[in-house]
Amino acid sequence: MSSASGAAPPGRPGRHVAGPVEPDALAVEGLQVSYRVGGRDLLALRDVSLRVGPRQAYGLVGESGSGKSTVALAVTRYLARNGRVSGGTISVAGTDVLALRGERLRRLRAETVSMVYQEPGKALNPSIRVGRQLAEVFEIAGARRREALAAAEDALTRVQISDPRRLLERYPHELSGGMLQRVVIAMALASEPSLLILDEPTTALDATVEAEVLDLVSSLREELDTSILFISHNLAVIAKMCDRVGVLYAGELVEEGSASEVFTEPRHPYTVGLLSCIPRRGLRKDHGRLDTIPGFLPAPGSVLAGCIFAPRCGLVEAQCRLSEPPLAELGNYRRSRCYFPGRALEVGSRGAGPGEPAEAPAGRPPVGARAPLLGLRQVSKSFSARHEQLHALVGIDLEIGSGETLGLVGESGSGKTTLARAVLGLSAPDEGSTIELNGVPLAGSAGRRTGDQLAAVQIVFQNPDSALNRRHSVRRILRRALARSAGPRGMDREERLAELIGSVRMEPRQLGLRPAQLSGGLKQRVAIARAFAGEPALVVCDEPTSALDVSVQAAILNLLVELQARRNVSYLFISHDLGVVRYLADRIAVLYLGRLMEVGPAEAVFSGPQHPYTEALLSAVPSLDGQRRGRIRLTGEIPSAASPPSGCVFHTRCPRRLASGICESAEPPLLEVAAGRTMRCHIPLDELAQLQREPPAEAPAVPGASANGSSPL
Amino acid sequence: MTAAPPGDRAGGIGAGPPERTAVAAGASTPPAPRTVARRLLRSPTFLVGAAVLVFWIVCAIFGYSIAPYSPTAISYSLHAVNAAPSAAHWFGTDPDGRDVLSRVLVGSRAILQVTPLATLLGTAAGTVLGLVMGYFGGLVDLVLGRLVDAVLALPLVIVAFLLIVALGASTLTLIVVIGAVFTPHIGRTVRSAVLGERELEYVATARLRGERAPYIMFVEILPNVLAPILVEFGVRLGYAVFTVATLSYLGFGIQPPTPDWGVDISANYIGLSSGYWWETLFPALAIASLVVSINLVSDAVEKVLAG
Amino acid sequence: MASYLVKRLGLAVVTLVLLSMIIFLAGQVLPGDPGRAVLGNFASAQSVRVFDHRIGYDRPFVTQYWSWVSGIVRGNFGISYQYNSPVAPMIFSGLWNSLKLALLALCIIVPLSIGAGVLAALNVGRPLDRIISILGLSGSTVPEFVSGIFVIVIFAVVFKLLPPTADSGAGAGFFTQLDHLVLPAIPLVVEFFGYISRITRATTVEALDSDYVRTAVLKGLRRRTVIRRHVLRNSLLPAITVIASQTGYLIGGLVVIETLFQYPGIGDLIYNAAKNKDFPMLEAGVLAIGVIYLLATLAADLASSLLNPRVRIDATR
Repeated sequence: MSSASGAAPPGRPGRHVAGPVEPDALAVEGLQVSYRVGGRDLLALRDVSLRVGPRQAYGLVGESGSGKSTVALAVTRYLARNGRVSGGTISVAGTDVLALRGERLRRLRAETVSMVYQEPGKALNPSIRVGRQLAEVFEIAGARRREALAAAEDALTRVQISDPRRLLERYPHELSGGMLQRVVIAMALASEPSLLILDEPTTALDATVEAEVLDLVSSLREELDTSILFISHNLAVIAKMCDRVGVLYAGELVEEGSASEVFTEPRHPYTVGLLSCIPRRGLRKDHGRLDTIPGFLPAPGSVLAGCIFAPRCGLVEAQCRLSEPPLAELGNYRRSRCYFPGRALEVGSRGAGPGEPAEAPAGRPPVGARAPLLGLRQVSKSFSARHEQLHALVGIDLEIGSGETLGLVGESGSGKTTLARAVLGLSAPDEGSTIELNGVPLAGSAGRRTGDQLAAVQIVFQNPDSALNRRHSVRRILRRALARSAGPRGMDREERLAELIGSVRMEPRQLGLRPAQLSGGLKQRVAIARAFAGEPALVVCDEPTSALDVSVQAAILNLLVELQARRNVSYLFISHDLGVVRYLADRIAVLYLGRLMEVGPAEAVFSGPQHPYTEALLSAVPSLDGQRRGRIRLTGEIPSAASPPSGCVFHTRCPRRLASGICESAEPPLLEVAAGRTMRCHIPLDELAQLQREPPAEAPAVPGASANGSSPL
Repeated sequence: MTAAPPGDRAGGIGAGPPERTAVAAGASTPPAPRTVARRLLRSPTFLVGAAVLVFWIVCAIFGYSIAPYSPTAISYSLHAVNAAPSAAHWFGTDPDGRDVLSRVLVGSRAILQVTPLATLLGTAAGTVLGLVMGYFGGLVDLVLGRLVDAVLALPLVIVAFLLIVALGASTLTLIVVIGAVFTPHIGRTVRSAVLGERELEYVATARLRGERAPYIMFVEILPNVLAPILVEFGVRLGYAVFTVATLSYLGFGIQPPTPDWGVDISANYIGLSSGYWWETLFPALAIASLVVSINLVSDAVEKVLAG
Repeated sequence: MASYLVKRLGLAVVTLVLLSMIIFLAGQVLPGDPGRAVLGNFASAQSVRVFDHRIGYDRPFVTQYWSWVSGIVRGNFGISYQYNSPVAPMIFSGLWNSLKLALLALCIIVPLSIGAGVLAALNVGRPLDRIISILGLSGSTVPEFVSGIFVIVIFAVVFKLLPPTADSGAGAGFFTQLDHLVLPAIPLVVEFFGYISRITRATTVEALDSDYVRTAVLKGLRRRTVIRRHVLRNSLLPAITVIASQTGYLIGGLVVIETLFQYPGIGDLIYNAAKNKDFPMLEAGVLAIGVIYLLATLAADLASSLLNPRVRIDATR
């Protein structure tokens, strides 16, 4: 058991309260939590110790299954019914949480700890008005009903909601995710708690909204004396928000230190691995492959004699397998659970590190010169919902060259998936739309396309759990795909099956398994193999790594690059992760409200000048490198596709909107602004370049962007 | 180190939904058959239910050899009629002097012939109906859905009753009618399960392979909705016993002289006012135990399948 | 809201029309020759033909259906074969009697089973939860006439506490009627307790496991407030919707109960009509039960759309 680690290091130098030493906002010592599953107790947390000092923000990072949410639930004493704290202590602001019962536990929750979690849409009671729910917090503190409502209005003002009185009257389902998360944060901070726990508070939100919410939390920290435990899988978010960071792996804290040090000079091989498998700024597929962490997370409840990371560690020594290393103090409030903290960084330089270029086909022709494989002309798609026409796609003109990757980006609701489904024939586009493959028009719905056309356009979905039939074995899934696409000519079936499974770096013995027996990454490999069974010309990748952990994501991206190089396949790659898109895409298309805002070569789009919307998307992404772009923020939310704004559809949120009023009155055409680049903006490219060199002042106030943001009733 | 409490309380408020751990948390992955069997054998509900059910199945097959007396031998001698339970006749005798115990033992045969067949028929037809409604959706679903609604607007027993009165009572009619009456009920369950599956991407990939609708319905979707179908089968089997017993009691189910519990109850019911309670109570207990045992088993199976 | 109402009513009417067709088909067409069915095998061909002509069986099906339906719309449900008098008054008086019994049963069922369901949910996984669920399950699957027998044996034969028949005779006072109706109500309670407590338990557990209840608990609200304001508000509404849709089935259960306890309700009418192949009476009775079911579901839907803000908002748009 690790030694108690003294007091927490000093937090942010802030308004220190004179007087006796304040207790830590949170002190967790040797915490063990287990869940009872199928009659067995599985350890979810082993010997976790951490301290969050007054006014400090502590970030807890980890991949899925690391137990990071379990920490939060244990602290608030809200573990699942089958969960149990089986050892250790937790104290919040000096109070022993585990000893509390009934009324005292309730008081702790009311006064000292608050929590915000992932899905704001579910966090509020659907049948009670927002105002009532918020007022409850003040009523607990003793306020009368009317006072409480007034206080609720103030609380909403504090989270920068412009029309709080109107919001109080709303029901949760009438609000957008970003707005709801503000309400939940207002509620959490209402009692001015000593500890605020944020469990993946922005994971379910768009990057632009995430940026807003994170800014809000940062500014509230300045105002309040609250310590924060920030839980996230996203290293960049933690780096942006936290003073200190702890890295959780399989229920153990493997490294801890100040955020800046941990991310620049990690002292545990796992942290090194995590950091290096993220596609960093500027890294592209022709530069080299991404680093990966080999192997898998140990199964919950498995008992290892040595270091828990040893099976996946590149630096493993005999000692590591024999006994578990302690969480050793390294000085300067840093701790690492590794025998060789000094050598951790060597991990990155071993194995398939950067520098080894991906198998890029020699002499690839420049983008514009490639023969177009897929051509979209005036593709539109509208849905009728209730009494409205919803224009999900409007007049899309787009080409994808053979062997090219087109990255498709945009916020949720921008029409990315609708476009993918139209290309695939899963939902037919409107009359008058043309989708051509090699110059031959494709039928709108898949049912009317020929077998060859079907085989030529395939898809890898986001979630392999639902994309693979869970009742079928891998063999059955792949064999059917092979049989349908090409028939059993040429090579023998089994041979082709072995070749197919080998092409996604899996073993033929894994053919007999069902999807449930595979890890997330392997399932996605099976899905990729299935897409490649019929020698496709185009594979639509719809967020193929979003459901995966970063360490797994890297391996999947490497595989996609490798397959493309060998088979000269084109990708239509949809992702909300701009780092991933930048790594993979040759060209980028930016969608907003079903319209293309900008199309161009990836490097040109990323290095700028960009369309103001693209610029906003890019500046919303928190960066691990600490380099801040010109920070522009989008205010308000994406308008309803049923009643798009007049003129340029982006003008309601555009930080570069022209004073002349043209943006409100006339929709700019999608014009070629440079070689291979088209853009839909009234501002000429060179002016944009100039504007984007210096960060603008505050985004202009947007008329109509009030509490409800999107659709005024 | 404090041996700290579990998530507040074992149940109810103040604890989150049970954690299934990251590995097992995948989209409703079905447990392996061996796990199902192991968990069933540990479930007391299942063991009790299965024991009673097996008892009645044995009676249905070997009832005539087990029965202490002939269940149909009539005797009108004074001592043989309406005799209270005694060492010779454990469950007493009925107004025709027949041994109640023997009639109870063999009474399981007819009902256990009719109910599984009827349920099987209803489940098969309902599965097809549900697959068609759920997969095609749109107009097909709307039209069939209205029909299903119309049938569901009537209590099951009444529809069965109406049809049997119209068609005339016989064992075959009974099977067909109960199967037909169950079809919309099962169809509705299957439909909602299919609706959930249809939106999953593996169905879309099948369409992108150019698979035809029957293949997608029966090879891709059907295996994934087997669990709810199995559960529904269990529940319906219980209801089939319920329905057949009720119909027999009303005189529209199993027809005399075939020994049957419901028929016996309706024949001897008058005797209750004269205090001959054993003539109705024991057949009633038999029906109750059969129905409850089927439901204990299907409840246990449902719990195990749900994880 | 208005458009939702119109749509919902429209659907109910379509269902009702389909229902009447099914009933008519079953009652009029499936038996083959009604004259033969009613008069029996020994009747002469001549009298069968006369009977068929009198009831209009020799006319085309559509005409027959139309005259049946248009009669019903005008309040004419046909002439009973066995009593040779109009069906309608008998149906209405039967319905009234059944309604008394059903109401009494509902008054016991609703609070009892909702209470038990909530109790089970608050004790998820504990013995109390299992006991309630197994008792409920057993009760709801035992046929009403079986539990009726148990009740009669126990309360009327062994302890002689209550009368074994439900009919209290003409002009009986409220308490005499109540006395007679208690025993028949019990099997109905047993029948529906399990189902409703199960639904209530499920919706309550769902609410208990929700994120918003977690928010409420972590806010520091008192346990009672959380249950009342955040759990029950969201869990009882769907449960009540289900209960309302079950009242139709409750009437179905009456067929057996009324026969067993010799009570002159709609169920008893239907049973006797079936026994005597009195098809006009049978059809009218079954249709009446279907209408009650549809009205109950309709009322449940409307109530829940009035009470649930999400549905209400959607409906107004």
